[in-house]
Amino acid sequence: MRFLLNRAGFYLLTAWAAITINFFLPRMMKGDPVSAYLLKNQGRVSPEAIDSLKVLFGLDESRPLWLQYVDYLRLLVQGDLGRSFSKGLAPVADVIATALPWTVGLVGIATVLSFVLGTITGAVIGWRRGSRADYVVPFATFFSTVPYFWMGLIIIAVFASTLGWFPASHAYDKGADPGLTFQFIGDVIRHGTLPAITIIISSLGGWILGMRNMMITVLDEDYVTVAQAKGLSSRRVLFDYAARNAVLPQLSSFALALGFIVGGTLVMELVFSYPGVGKLLLDATTAKDYPLMQGLFLVITLAVLVANILADLAYAALDPRTRQMGV
Amino acid sequence: MTDSTVAATPAPAVPGAPGRPAATGRNPVRRFLDSFAMFRNGKSITGLGILGFFVLVAVFSDVLAPYGPLDKDFDALRRPPSWAHLLGTTHMGEDVLSQLIYGTRGVLIVGFAAGVIATVVAVVVGVTSGYISGVGSEVLSALTNVFLVLPALPLVIIVASQYDDPSLWLISAVLAITGWAWGGRVLRAQTMSLRNRDFVRAARAYGEPIWRIIAVEMLPNLTAIIASSFVGTVTAAILGLTTLAFIGVIPISNLNWGTILFWAQQNGAFPDFWWWYVPAGLCIAVLGTALSLVNFGIDEYVNPRLRSAGDLARARRRARRTSGIRVARGSASATAVRRDPPTSTGPANATDDGHPTGPEEIR
Repeated sequence: MRFLLNRAGFYLLTAWAAITINFFLPRMMKGDPVSAYLLKNQGRVSPEAIDSLKVLFGLDESRPLWLQYVDYLRLLVQGDLGRSFSKGLAPVADVIATALPWTVGLVGIATVLSFVLGTITGAVIGWRRGSRADYVVPFATFFSTVPYFWMGLIIIAVFASTLGWFPASHAYDKGADPGLTFQFIGDVIRHGTLPAITIIISSLGGWILGMRNMMITVLDEDYVTVAQAKGLSSRRVLFDYAARNAVLPQLSSFALALGFIVGGTLVMELVFSYPGVGKLLLDATTAKDYPLMQGLFLVITLAVLVANILADLAYAALDPRTRQMGV
Repeated sequence: MTDSTVAATPAPAVPGAPGRPAATGRNPVRRFLDSFAMFRNGKSITGLGILGFFVLVAVFSDVLAPYGPLDKDFDALRRPPSWAHLLGTTHMGEDVLSQLIYGTRGVLIVGFAAGVIATVVAVVVGVTSGYISGVGSEVLSALTNVFLVLPALPLVIIVASQYDDPSLWLISAVLAITGWAWGGRVLRAQTMSLRNRDFVRAARAYGEPIWRIIAVEMLPNLTAIIASSFVGTVTAAILGLTTLAFIGVIPISNLNWGTILFWAQQNGAFPDFWWWYVPAGLCIAVLGTALSLVNFGIDEYVNPRLRSAGDLARARRRARRTSGIRVARGSASATAVRRDPPTSTGPANATDDGHPTGPEEIR
């Protein structure tokens, strides 16, 4: 219980920090692109929208800072993130809502797959330490430092342009009719394959190395020796004794690496023209669409927090000690 | 007990970093050399060698590069590698190899500047929050954890895009501020464990001032962790810089490997003009691998189990092959009998379900 309360407090704190950074970012900006934009488009933006933008971007300088902050929080609670300049003044929340499912689906599935594959591989390699399996280590190291976007470009060059096995960009064919039909779902999977492979290849190495090192440390523990002495099958010792304990720090670093992975995958979306959050953020950056950039940062951070909570729950499920009172 | 004997002892019984009082009264040159003990292994030396190569390239780019990075040769546009242009040319007839050589500078300067800034922040926050206790420590720890979770790259993109022409220093500072947290967290944990060791208590009982306890008693025991967090931050900063350059947030006047990829992508180099985009990405990966190797070396120095694991397992297998099934484990205090292959899975009795406690939690 205390563990969960502790974590809940931490998540609230982080969410608050992200919201507050978001509040101060536009206020530290030099120049004022937002008010210039509003001036240019007077009459086309509704008064309410102007009000919310003024609050979000600190243009309302007559009010003291803390009142601005209160107003800002009130707007956030209402789900009002302002209007996007580059998307015909559509509400930012709506613009993000169209992109979010693509990213969550692609990055979520690919990251979990990569984590599971890498952890199992790492466990087996750690178990067979000193054997030929160790040759995997240098390759894993190399691939874990390759930038996501470059890996994506190479994969497009090989599998899409040269071999023509998979489409190189977008989430579905232009002519496709979005809906829950088999044809459309197949199309989405076909388009998602290369981006997913990119994520898996680029992040797999890190999981393999982390798990291998933890396994090697755990395998020297006496309880592993005892389990082997009892004559348990190798498989059982490997997965139920060694790996189960080695995976705990791996889960913690999974949660912590999420922020990093999300950053890499955002750029990968640019390479594949995938209509997700990352592409949106980069488009917003080129268009100097500040309201959209701010909203996206907030949503990305909250998404990372949610993923962290899930990782924590998995940790609690695997480690009985966190569930005990007073630990 | 000298540093080198500790490093050479195969006993895996030392959990965490080697913690011991800083040796005093010895030859200062020896002591200085000993503080590099963590780099004295094959992996670190290989990594440092590759790193040194790139540093030399960066320092002597003016001499090494056959052309200026932006010299245009309009007679040779998009040419594949030849003797005149070893790595071919761009759409403007610029020499790719020269761009790569000059680009090394930008990459290394930003990488190391960000690494230094981040390490200073990590040491100040991490060691302080580990040494003091109470509310202040908790606040600093919470701050570290928040920075750890915040997605760095989107934040960097947003901050960098607010400036028309961000300087290298600004970019380094932003990359550092989003990248120090991991080191800060590890340093905090290690400082907390050092704080209660006997030699630190003794120093406190002597009435040594806090700065002296931290600087003289503790920091020498933290060097490996500080070095590893520095190397880690440099790696992350290099990846961050090239990514920012690739998406065009950094002005293209700021030449680095990411800028080359940005130009290649903008001018339709994919997939046909491989000489334009493959080398820059490979350079990033090779430099990243070199830095990781340095870190592996440090890891093995800090955690002797990692170093001896391969040799021990090999030795055990060899012993088993020659002398049957009874194998003495040199590393553990207990001598274990290992049945090989296991003939029975054994009845699932109560002890099997009592799960063993894991390694020391990293938190």
